[in-house]
Amino acid sequence: MISGDPISRVLYVDLSRKRFWVEERRELFEEYLGGVGVGIRLLLEECPRGADPLGPENPIIFVVGQLNGLFPAASKTVALFKSPHTGNLGESHAGGRSATAIRMAGYGAIVIKGSSDIPLYLSITDKGVGFRDASALWGMATYTTGRVIREREPRAGIRTIMRIGPAGEKLVTYACVVTETYRHFGRLGLGAVFGSKKLKAVLVAGKSSLKPGNSKLYREVYKEIFEEITKSDLMKKYHELGTPMNVLPLNRLGALPTRNLTSASFEQAENISGETFAEKHLGRRVACSHCPVSCIHLAALREPYEGEPYFYKTRMISYDYEPIYALGSMLGIGSTEGMLKLMDEVEILGLDAMSTGVALAWTTEMQARGLISQEETAGLKLEWGKHEAYIRAVHLLVEQPTPFFKALAKGVAYASAKYGGGEFALAFGGNEMPGYHTGPAAHLGFLLGSRHSHLDGAGYSLDENLLKKGEKPTVEIVVEGLLAEEAWRQVLSSLVVCFFARGVYKPETVCRALKVLGYNLTPEELKKLGWKILKHKFEFKLREGFNLQALKFPERIFEVPTPHGMLSKDFMEEALKAYRGRVEDLLKGNL
Amino acid sequence: MRASRLRVVDVDLCVGCQCCMFACNRRFGEAGLSKSAIQVSSAGGFERGFIVKVCNACSNPPCARSCPTGALKVREAGGVILQAQKCIGCGRCVEACTVNAIFWDESLGKPIICTHCGYCVDYCPYGVIRLEVVEAGRLD
Repeated sequence: MISGDPISRVLYVDLSRKRFWVEERRELFEEYLGGVGVGIRLLLEECPRGADPLGPENPIIFVVGQLNGLFPAASKTVALFKSPHTGNLGESHAGGRSATAIRMAGYGAIVIKGSSDIPLYLSITDKGVGFRDASALWGMATYTTGRVIREREPRAGIRTIMRIGPAGEKLVTYACVVTETYRHFGRLGLGAVFGSKKLKAVLVAGKSSLKPGNSKLYREVYKEIFEEITKSDLMKKYHELGTPMNVLPLNRLGALPTRNLTSASFEQAENISGETFAEKHLGRRVACSHCPVSCIHLAALREPYEGEPYFYKTRMISYDYEPIYALGSMLGIGSTEGMLKLMDEVEILGLDAMSTGVALAWTTEMQARGLISQEETAGLKLEWGKHEAYIRAVHLLVEQPTPFFKALAKGVAYASAKYGGGEFALAFGGNEMPGYHTGPAAHLGFLLGSRHSHLDGAGYSLDENLLKKGEKPTVEIVVEGLLAEEAWRQVLSSLVVCFFARGVYKPETVCRALKVLGYNLTPEELKKLGWKILKHKFEFKLREGFNLQALKFPERIFEVPTPHGMLSKDFMEEALKAYRGRVEDLLKGNL
Repeated sequence: MRASRLRVVDVDLCVGCQCCMFACNRRFGEAGLSKSAIQVSSAGGFERGFIVKVCNACSNPPCARSCPTGALKVREAGGVILQAQKCIGCGRCVEACTVNAIFWDESLGKPIICTHCGYCVDYCPYGVIRLEVVEAGRLD
């Protein structure tokens, strides 16, 4: 650690008592570097066993890492909390300016506890915390909230404004937190935890400096990493078309979940491809602070006002692969305009696009099968491809005018337990499915990953690599592959490096960067740390009732062929068994 | 005599990555932002694009005219050089700068002004900024 690095300062904020204090936690940051490593330790400390995720006892923990502010593409903040969506480990990452702002304000972590009696937003600087009345902001859209706070508070350019929309206020369990208008702590319902605390927004601003002991080495290593990022194909891949470049290749493979995964290819994929989005709509590319890649793609959607000749508005709407899957192919929507309008509503309300899309896809199938009445959906009739009805539906998800929408606002696992249709409710461990029907590794990863995300062990990538090599997945390759990747990613998310730059931040490079900070770690020691952090995550999960025996795959995934053929139940069961054994080993300390 | 000055070529190329800000700070071997003489902020939200605040290399700089101690010496290629030993930290230059491109070093209590060294240019992958070499006295 750099001598005197303020990263060891943890800022505690108590919303109930409207007070704050700072604690020095050097040992924690020395041992776990920061990010998820420190975050999971703080969560184990701060979140009481059996805590109500929407109760004042559930802490919100934002953590940055030692590479944030020092090296490029170390641009992410990790949020830890107990998830109101799964009732278990809540972990979500976001970029924007959040990581730079927290690091430069001189904190390693911000722990927000308690709950306020009135709506509040926080204004955090190196001097401490300002508690601001947010009554007037309650009910406001995410965009508007950002605009108001931007005008009202100083320090433009060196701040982050993390906020929720109406979905978070109404406690939709997959409400997200939006930062810098287009980035999200998207998954597992951090927005609802904000809402439960009457916390509308958190602004953090700062512009300090850090002095690495060997400044010559610092500049040298920085330059190497920067050049590798800007000259690698990573730049091209994420910068040009961005993540939507995946639409066509996945569709060609037969891995693009379509119409609630009744199919894995979409006949209108060309119409919603990264290429089509770029040609028709791409209006601006933007970047997270301290990342030269600029993967954020904004579509400019120009629309006339009805009844007003020559009067237009142009909305800037961010699009990525996952929202295109969830709010596009999954709902049978094959028009970029329709999809962008839907994405914009999801953004305004502050919902997780992925869970929302899967929830609406499930509802559409429920209606088509006559399992729910139009009365239960407040008169709404959903049909594949009809974006207007889906726009109405996302508002109903937030307003929750009927018991059905109240249930759907808790996700498809919850709603299907009440209304049936569990066989085609695409949730894994309580979290809705990401957009990859690539093979066994993807689905095992969704179910077994510590946050039920495709980003835990990147099973989709494992499936695709096996396909490229013409190899068949074996239980050992899949289980070991998923776990080893997930363990290594704990290191990246402790630093906190964006996963898009994982090809640059290889173990040797991470060791070199950490040397600048005074660490003498070997790649093996780093990997060991990754396993240790993963172990702590499972300790939390098991403590909160995660049951490895009870894990189940949705029936639907066995009904539609993947690029690796039909999934075999025997194979998946065998893999689950092997995985359970490995987790037990891990918990015993055998890494 | 030839001298250099930093120019913003096309602000619409800017993606807001702020790598220039971090680069500026690294000139002193430090990570972070507190000594950066260039700042990128959004033009009222990311959807509206960005503003790059950096010394405009004025040939008759208002900051120099506002300085009561003559601490800001006009450069040949425009802009100023801060003679720190003369500076009393009054902050009038910050007020005087029309383009808001003079920042404040809280630790020293003195202004931070671009020296037109061009270190940031190497860290702008989009070509937003460029270092121009000009003949002294022939700025345009």
